[in-house]
Amino acid sequence: MSTTEMPPFLDAALPVPVEETGWLADLRQAGLDIYKRKGLPTPKVEAWKYTNLGGLAKTEFKPAALDVTVAADKLPLAAALSLDALALVFVNGRFDPAVSDLGALPKGLRVESLSKVLQAEPALVEPLLGKLATREDLPLAALNTGLLTDGLFVRLAKGVTLDKALHVVSVASGGSSAAAFHPRNLIVLEEGAKATIVESHVGLPDFPTFENSVTEVTLGEGAELKHYRLLNGPDTSYHVGVTLADVAAKARYESFALAIGGALTRNEVRVVLSGEGAHGVVNGSYAVHGGQHVDNTVLVDHAVPRATSSQLFKGVLDGTGKAVFQGKVLVRRDAQETDAQQLHKALLLSRGAEVDTKPELEIYADDVKCSHGATVGEMDAEQLFYLMARGIDEETALALLVEAFVEDVVHEISDEVVREAFIRKVRDWQTGREKAVWSE
Amino acid sequence: MALLAIKDLRARVEEKEILKGLSLTINPGEVHAIMGPNGAGKSTLSSVITGKPGYEITEGSVLFEGKDLAELAANERACEGIFLAFQYPVEIPGVNYTTFLKTAINAKRKYFGEEEIDAMEFLKLMKSKIKLLKIADDMMKRPVNVGFSGGEKKRADVLQMAMLDPKLMILDEMDSGLDIDALRIAADGVNTLRSPDKAILCITHYQRLLDYVVPDFVHVLAGGRIVKSGGKELALELEEKGYTEFENAAA
Ligand SMILES: Nc1ncnc2c1ncn2[C@@H]1O[C@H](COP(=O)(O)OP(=O)(O)O)[C@@H](O)[C@H]1O
Ligand SMILES: [Mg+2]
Repeated sequence: MSTTEMPPFLDAALPVPVEETGWLADLRQAGLDIYKRKGLPTPKVEAWKYTNLGGLAKTEFKPAALDVTVAADKLPLAAALSLDALALVFVNGRFDPAVSDLGALPKGLRVESLSKVLQAEPALVEPLLGKLATREDLPLAALNTGLLTDGLFVRLAKGVTLDKALHVVSVASGGSSAAAFHPRNLIVLEEGAKATIVESHVGLPDFPTFENSVTEVTLGEGAELKHYRLLNGPDTSYHVGVTLADVAAKARYESFALAIGGALTRNEVRVVLSGEGAHGVVNGSYAVHGGQHVDNTVLVDHAVPRATSSQLFKGVLDGTGKAVFQGKVLVRRDAQETDAQQLHKALLLSRGAEVDTKPELEIYADDVKCSHGATVGEMDAEQLFYLMARGIDEETALALLVEAFVEDVVHEISDEVVREAFIRKVRDWQTGREKAVWSE
Repeated sequence: MALLAIKDLRARVEEKEILKGLSLTINPGEVHAIMGPNGAGKSTLSSVITGKPGYEITEGSVLFEGKDLAELAANERACEGIFLAFQYPVEIPGVNYTTFLKTAINAKRKYFGEEEIDAMEFLKLMKSKIKLLKIADDMMKRPVNVGFSGGEKKRADVLQMAMLDPKLMILDEMDSGLDIDALRIAADGVNTLRSPDKAILCITHYQRLLDYVVPDFVHVLAGGRIVKSGGKELALELEEKGYTEFENAAA
C-alpha cells in the first residue's frame, strides 16, 4: 500500500518529535512506519470489513492533554465495576496516583505506570514491549506503539498468587475538546504466578473520546491470568483495543469482556498458545441499542500440540444496534491433539438491529478436535408467554430473559468476586434502561 | 355471576379456524373436565382463555367475572386470577426459580396497587407451599424447569398455582408424562387448593386423572365445539367407548 494520508483526527494526534534515541525511539519509529504504510483500517481490509472507522474522521480529535485530571468526586465510578480490589485510575491513558488506591502492595507484585518504568528502569520492559503488538496486520496497535507514553505495567513474580484482584479504571474525558489517547499496558506473570486483573473502561460524556489501547500479556509456564474487562463508556466514546497474550506451557489465560456502553467498541483479543498444555478462554457478552456498535474480534493461535481453547460470546441487540463477531481458530501444522471450541449467539430484539458473524477455523494439523457454531435468534415466544401467563408484564419478562441470556456467559467467569460484580453490573444496567429501549 | 362464561366462541390460529362455536359456563366451586381426541382444540381453548399471542378470537366472547378477556393482555388475565398449568411447562435457562416466583407474586401485587412482598414473608410462603406439595428445596435454586423431570415440572407448576392463588385453575393434560405416583402427588396438590370460590378446568385425553381430581361436569370437545356434556360418569363411558363416535360426528 502506498503512503496513506493520515485521517485528520489521527494526524493531529501524532506526537511532537521526542528527543530520544535508543531502543524506545526505534520501537516508536517502527510503529509509526507501519501505521504510515497501512493507515487507518477501512472496510476494504478483511479484518475491518464490518466495522467502519470512517465516521470518526468527521470529529477532530486532538491528542488528549497530558495533564487532564478528574477530581475524585467527578470520576464516573458508578459506570465502573464495584469491586473490593487494588484500584488504579488512569485518565486518558495517564496514571493518576491522586485518585488511585493501591495500599501496600503484596510481595512479589509490581504495579506501576509504564511511563515511570520507562524513565527509571527501561531495561525491565525492553525485551517485552512491542514484541507481540508490532505487526503489519495491526496498524492501530502500531500507531499506539508509535505514540507510546503511558499505561499500566504489572509484573508478578514467580509462584506468587494475588488474592485480591487488581482493578484498573480507565476514564476517558474530552476535557475541553474531542480527545484521542493511546494507552499501552504490559502484563507479565512469571512462572506459576496467579492473578486476576479487571479493567473498567468508563468516561465522562463531555466531548467525544477515542481510545486506542494495546495490552500485551506474557504468561510464564503454569501461570494463570484471569483478565476481565468492562466496556461501559458514555455515548460519546469510541474504544478500539487489542489484547495480545502469549501463553506458555500449562499456563492459563482466561478473558471475558462485557460491552454495554460506548458509541463504538472494538474488543480484539489475540491469544497465542505457545506451550504444550496451555489453555485459553476468550469469552464475552454485549448489549447494543440505539446506534451502538460492538465488534468482538478473536484469534486463538494453537502453535503447539495439546493446547486447549474455548470462545463463547453472547449478545443482545435492540434498536438499530450493530454487532460484529469475528472468531478465528488457527491450528498450526504441529499443533496435534488440539481441542478448540467456539460459539457465538446473538439475540435480536428489533428488526433494525444487525449482526455480522464470521467464524473461521484454519486447521493445518490432522488430529484435532474443533467445533464452532453461531446462531442468531429472536426472543423465544414460548418463554415469554410462560412468564406473562404468571402475571409478569411484558417489559419485565423481556428484561428477565435478556438478563438470563447475557448472564449465561457471565457465569463462566471463574473468579467468584468478580463474577458477582459483573452480574450486579448487568442487573443495574438492565434496571436503568428506559422503557422504550426494549422496543417491539 | 359466572366465573367464566364462554359464548359461541370462534377462534383461529395461523388462519386456521380451530374453535367453531364453543360455549361453556363455569361457576365458582365447580370442577369441569374437558375431554376429547387429540387435535380437537383442547389446548387451543386454554391458549385462547389465557391470551397466548397468535390465537385470535373471531366471534363470540369470553368473560371472566364479567370482564371481557379480549381486552386484557396475558399477564393481566393472570393477575385477574386465571392460571394455566401447562401441558408442557417451558424451560427457561438462566432465570432462577425463586426469582421468577417472587417476580410473579410482585407482579400481581403491583397490578392491584399493593406493596411488594417482604423477603421474609415470601420465603415463609414458599417454604410452606413446598412442604405441602412435597417439592425438593433444591428445585427452587435451579433455573425455571431446567433439568426437572416431567413430574417435577408439573409439580412446580402446581406450586406456582399455590403461591399465586388463582380463581380459575386450568390444568392442561396434567397427567401426560407422569407415572401414577407423580400423578397422585400433583393431583393431591391441586385438591388442597380447591375451595368454594375457585373453579377448575381440567383438560385431559384420558380418564385416569379424573379419579383424583373428580369433576362435577364432563364435556366432550370434538371438531372445535362441545358436542356432549354430562356428569362424571360420562368420563367412564368415554374411557370405554373412545372418541370414534364424536370424531365422526365432528367430521
Ligand atoms: N400454534 C399453532 N399453529 C398452527 N396450528 C396449531 C397451533 N396450535 C394448534 N394448532 C392446530 O390446532 C388443532 C388443535 O390443536 P390443540 O388445541 O393442540 O389440540 P388438543 O390439545 O386437543 O390435542 C390441531 O390441528 C393443531 O395442529
Ligand atoms: Mg393439548
